[in-house]
Amino acid sequence: MDFPTILQILDSAVRLMTPLLLACLAGLYSERAGVFDIGLEGKMLMAAFTAASVAYATDSAWLGLIAGILGAVLMSLIHGLAAITFRGNQLISGVAINFLASGLTVLLGQKIFGLAGRTPSLAGPARFSEITLPFAEALRPVPVIGPIYAELISGHTILVYIAFAMVPLTWWVLYRTRFGLRLRAVGENPASVDTAGVSVTRLRYAAVMICGALCGIAGAYLATGISAGFVKEMTAGRGFIALAALIFAKWRPWGALGACFLFGLFEALANRFPNLDLGFVTVPSMFMSALPYILTVVILAGFVGRAIPPRAGGEPYVKER
Amino acid sequence: MTAQPEVPDGAPAIELRGISKAFGPVQANKGIDLRVSRGTIHGIIGENGAGKSTLMSILYGFYRPDSGEILIGGNPITITDSQTAIRAGIGMVFQHFKLVQNFTVLENVILGAEDGRLLRPSLSRARGELKRLASEYELQVDPDALVEDLSVGHQQRVEILKALYRQADILILDEPTGVLTPAEADHLFRILRGLRDEGKTIILITHKLREIMEITDNVSVMRRGEMVASVTTSETSPTQLAELMVGRKVLLRVEKAPAQPGAPVLEVRGLRMVDAAGVERLRGIDLDIRAGEVLGIAGVAGNGQTQLLEILGGYPEAGAKIEGALRLKGQPLPLTGSDAGARRKAGIGHVPEDRQVEGLIMDFSAWENVAFGYHDAPEFQSGWLMDQSAIRADAQAKIEHFDVRPPNPELAAKNFSGGNQQKIVVAREVERNPDLLLIGQPTRGVDIGAIEFIHKRIIALRDAGKAVLLVSVELDEIMALADRIAVMFDGRIMGERLPEEATTADLGCLMAGIEPGTIAPQDAIPPAALHVPAEGA
Repeated sequence: MDFPTILQILDSAVRLMTPLLLACLAGLYSERAGVFDIGLEGKMLMAAFTAASVAYATDSAWLGLIAGILGAVLMSLIHGLAAITFRGNQLISGVAINFLASGLTVLLGQKIFGLAGRTPSLAGPARFSEITLPFAEALRPVPVIGPIYAELISGHTILVYIAFAMVPLTWWVLYRTRFGLRLRAVGENPASVDTAGVSVTRLRYAAVMICGALCGIAGAYLATGISAGFVKEMTAGRGFIALAALIFAKWRPWGALGACFLFGLFEALANRFPNLDLGFVTVPSMFMSALPYILTVVILAGFVGRAIPPRAGGEPYVKER
Repeated sequence: MTAQPEVPDGAPAIELRGISKAFGPVQANKGIDLRVSRGTIHGIIGENGAGKSTLMSILYGFYRPDSGEILIGGNPITITDSQTAIRAGIGMVFQHFKLVQNFTVLENVILGAEDGRLLRPSLSRARGELKRLASEYELQVDPDALVEDLSVGHQQRVEILKALYRQADILILDEPTGVLTPAEADHLFRILRGLRDEGKTIILITHKLREIMEITDNVSVMRRGEMVASVTTSETSPTQLAELMVGRKVLLRVEKAPAQPGAPVLEVRGLRMVDAAGVERLRGIDLDIRAGEVLGIAGVAGNGQTQLLEILGGYPEAGAKIEGALRLKGQPLPLTGSDAGARRKAGIGHVPEDRQVEGLIMDFSAWENVAFGYHDAPEFQSGWLMDQSAIRADAQAKIEHFDVRPPNPELAAKNFSGGNQQKIVVAREVERNPDLLLIGQPTRGVDIGAIEFIHKRIIALRDAGKAVLLVSVELDEIMALADRIAVMFDGRIMGERLPEEATTADLGCLMAGIEPGTIAPQDAIPPAALHVPAEGA
């Protein structure tokens, strides 16, 4: 494999990992606060639909992004209502959200656009365009660094840069701010937060809303960044892969970056070499496209060693007598 | 932190007037009046379910009283939530600590009392403050240690530090010594006296009469949701307090004749156990339990007692590696591959440590629970079906015999009080007249009246020539019941004593893993050794 090919694969990995990374960080906020969320998939899907629809109607990717965030936050509120206020089962609520999003997007899409669940193709300002960073062309001739800068670092949409910036930001919020301390505490032992006179409910809602906002950006990226419009079930299990990445990352922001990169890389490899020829045998394309999912199963089967989830995760907080 | 309001001279730190609180039909607090003077240690004593915890939860803003008035330093106050309570200068040390296990001490201390949006300034201020408090009140804790690595005693100090960091003037401690060794409890009492001498007010909730007598200035007694008496500690006696708590005369000492030990019923040799996580829980236990004697195993929770009982009871933790030999009445008893049912058939009765998890099925009725473990006994069978009427009649008889209240075998186990639940378990095991009774924490969370009853039953079984292995973290209980005391520490038997020769200090040293004769400072107890696993947390 030559250098330009490697660069292309890495470049593709960066594009493909972006929605995973956003969803993974979204899950991180929610689960660190003790609210398990298997509805990441549904939130992203809903966001992709609302983002594509509004971007088409207004011809503005930015309005689409806002709509995407609103769509996902709305789903988050449903999850919050069920899991925090009514102390329901968080897994069931998450599953319900996935079903709801899966059905609602197609139903609304058919009703509004009549294109069998798709939205019309987006073009021009309705999509996020790629940004060329300063001096990208000027630096291109510089050996090694030049192509890396021009190919890999430059030339992505703003949402990709937002996603990567979220990693240090999330780390800083979690470990350096009052909000982060309380968020981590409420996921470990909500009683400690409650007896300190801080509202468990408000904290968990805040976490769930942040989760929704990040899922919203992820969905908007899928519909208006990486593709040109909404397609039925376009999230294709990314929400679940993000969950696997979250466990792989042991609920840590920098770990999330690494785990999502790995998944993105596998997806990029599968796209690049649909029929991988190893000389003596040709790996069929189905196997290559199944790779990220196989990796998910392997990771969830405990290959990563012991991952300790937040101790109060999945349990609604009930004040004890 | 806001400045506290001016306190008029002579006003009590806390005054409650006619506090009432009901949960549905249950009247948890009925017209409670209480005055706690400033700069005193005030004990509140009462049986389980007497309403102590409800009252303190009202003070800490967990519940709003249905009626009544709260005055802090003479000023009426409405405590709507914990934040109000904290601002009024009330600090609470709960029985089950409210700490984040994987946070450092510093992080736990500032949680909820941060100075601003960023952590750094709060952390450095807390570090200085902790240093000051540590030297002032003997509250030394490493500020950067993770809470999960601290001993229970140190975790409790963190809770006290949390309250003091929030400038608490009134400190409420709920059953603070339940998980401590005698030495740790002594240290806690020194801290509390120091705090009192600095002018802080301390409310100590406990069911241990000895502690009330030792440390409090005044004591209030609660019974069935009412405050039945408030007295000066120096003018009362344990007997009087016990009578006030229960509402009738209580025998605090167990009356028993000297033991007449016979042949060993159970011989344990070189018992070792490594749990599934690879931790060595038992490191070579040798014990003889003889007919007609109670062997008491003392020790702080989490030093291998649970594992010992589980192995003897026939249900060791899955994946554990076990070595050693057991002989029951001279016959070899298989170490593993056996189950709890086989052990019962062999003549070993077992009252497990945790009645709600291991002793009972909480959603099942009392009669079903009385049959469990013996449900395949021949007298309960009718052809290939269970003879329900025989089981019911048997349960009814046992329930009456053990004075379980209410005496209704149809009621689900969860609807009985802790003491009556325990009576159901004890009735099931003792009435089968086992050769050996394993009994763990027989009176944990059980009221004084039921304690007296259960203790009498244990002694009666012994007097009938049966062997009893008693495991308890309550040293008083061990001292009262046991004919021989073995102290467990870190999976070993540290030593054996006769109760008439043993002193609390001597046993306390053994419980802390200190060999007699070697002198060690109070704080030299290895923290890991005192670490109590999840059960206490």
